[in-house]
Parts: sequence; structure tokens; C-alpha cells
Amino acid sequence: MSVSSVLFYILSGLAIGSALLAVASRSIFRSAVFLLFSLIGVAGLYFWLHYEFIAAVQIIVYVGGIVVLIIFSIFLTQQIGVDLPRPIKSRSFFAALSSLAGFLLIALQFLKHTFRSDVAVKQDTGMQAIGHKLLSTGVDGYVLPFELVSVLLLAAMIGCIVIAIKPVNPES
Amino acid sequence: MNEITLNHFLFVSSALFFIGVYGFLSRRNLITLLMSVELMLNSVNINFIAFNHYLWPGKMDGLFFALFIIAIAAAEAAVAIAIIIHMYRQYKSIDVEDANVLRF
Repeated sequence: MSVSSVLFYILSGLAIGSALLAVASRSIFRSAVFLLFSLIGVAGLYFWLHYEFIAAVQIIVYVGGIVVLIIFSIFLTQQIGVDLPRPIKSRSFFAALSSLAGFLLIALQFLKHTFRSDVAVKQDTGMQAIGHKLLSTGVDGYVLPFELVSVLLLAAMIGCIVIAIKPVNPES
Repeated sequence: MNEITLNHFLFVSSALFFIGVYGFLSRRNLITLLMSVELMLNSVNINFIAFNHYLWPGKMDGLFFALFIIAIAAAEAAVAIAIIIHMYRQYKSIDVEDANVLRF
């Protein structure tokens, strides 16, 4: 077993193990921290595949943005130190059963299937190539989804402000 | 040297996806439901990157799909948290069992 495959097993173990702890922990703050470690493990997998840009984006957006937002909303809505109520036994049993069945179904499918790969030479996935592709208007360019995402982010920002703004209510 | 195949990545990503499904079905707190959804989105991203790396190394489509999924996931998480905070103001709770009124 080579060093790189050992590294793969460590990273995927980190991702899967902390994801399991994140959905099983009864303290919601601990659950958010385990989610953070799981996302770091996924970013490590991207680094392992030499997709450095997407790994950096994963760390910046998920670890630096979404998890911090989740922790912020935990502080706004939960009492610290109070554990979540125990999940209903039958519900968690059936949830585990159905997710295990789904996992076995998917695993059986991809173990039976043989994937055909094309033998093209690996393209450069550095920052410069990504930047050129992202703003090119050619056949393989991605300028239209790029602009659409910018409009979507603006709409989401305005929507968040409108939803979360405190209503001016003189009676209460 | 490279004994990690595509199936290893598919195994990891489907395990993450169904861990997310388990969390989504068994939890009742809205923030933990949001965390489970984030886990599922991440597993999809792993799939895109792994397929791009192993099956179509000459193209970059999987990478761009993952990039746009991350951007949309960030927008989705922000809107979801705004809704959760608004619901907390209305009901003083973010348990899904307490949000059982379909009118305003």
C-alpha cells in the first residue's frame, strides 16, 4: 500500500467518521463542529485528486462561510448547554434502515457496472485555465452560468435581508 | 502506484450521501436538517470531481459543475438560515413538529 492510498483512506475516514458523529451527536454545537471536520476531509480529498482550486473554494465557502453561518444561527436560536431532545426510536430505526438499504442498492450498482473512460491527456486544472474557461464565450465557455450565479447571489442576498428583517411592530 | 480507483470515491460519496439521508429523516431540529442537506450536497460534489478525474480527464465540466453547486449551496444555506431565524421569532422554537400551521 503506497503512501498516497494511505492518505486517501485517512481523509475519507475523517470525512465519513465526522459526518456520522455530526448526525448522531445530541449537542447541536458539537454536531456543527463535526460537520466542519467532515467538510475539511472532503476538501482534503479534492487536494488528493490535485484539484487545488476547488479544494480552496470548498474551504473558503463551506468551512469559512456556511459552517460559521450555521454556528451563528445556533447561537441565535438555541440555549447553550441544553441537549437536543432524544430522537424518536422508531423514526431513527426506520431512517437507519432506509438509508442502509439505499446505500447497499447504490453500492451494488456501481460495483457491478464497469465505467468506460476516455484516454485523453489530463487537462491542466490550475487557476489560470479555470479563469479562462469561466469567462470565455466560446463552445466550452462558462460565462452564462457565471453571470446567472451572480444574479442568483444578489437575489439570495436581498431575499435574506427581506425575510430576516425585524418587522416594525408598535404594539409589541 | 495508483491503486485508488473510481469505486473508492463512489463508496465514500454514497456513504456521505446516505449519512445525510439518515440525519435528514431522524432529526427534528431545522438547523441539523440543514447540516444533513449540506452533507448530501458535498457527496454530489465528490462524485462530480471523481468522475471528472477518472473518466473524462480531458475536460473540465465536472469541476465547473462542482463550483456552481458550491455557489448555489451557499445561497441556499443563507436563505434557509434567514427563514429559520424568522420562524424562531414567530414560534420561539425551530423544531419541525412545532411548525404545523400552513397560514399566516
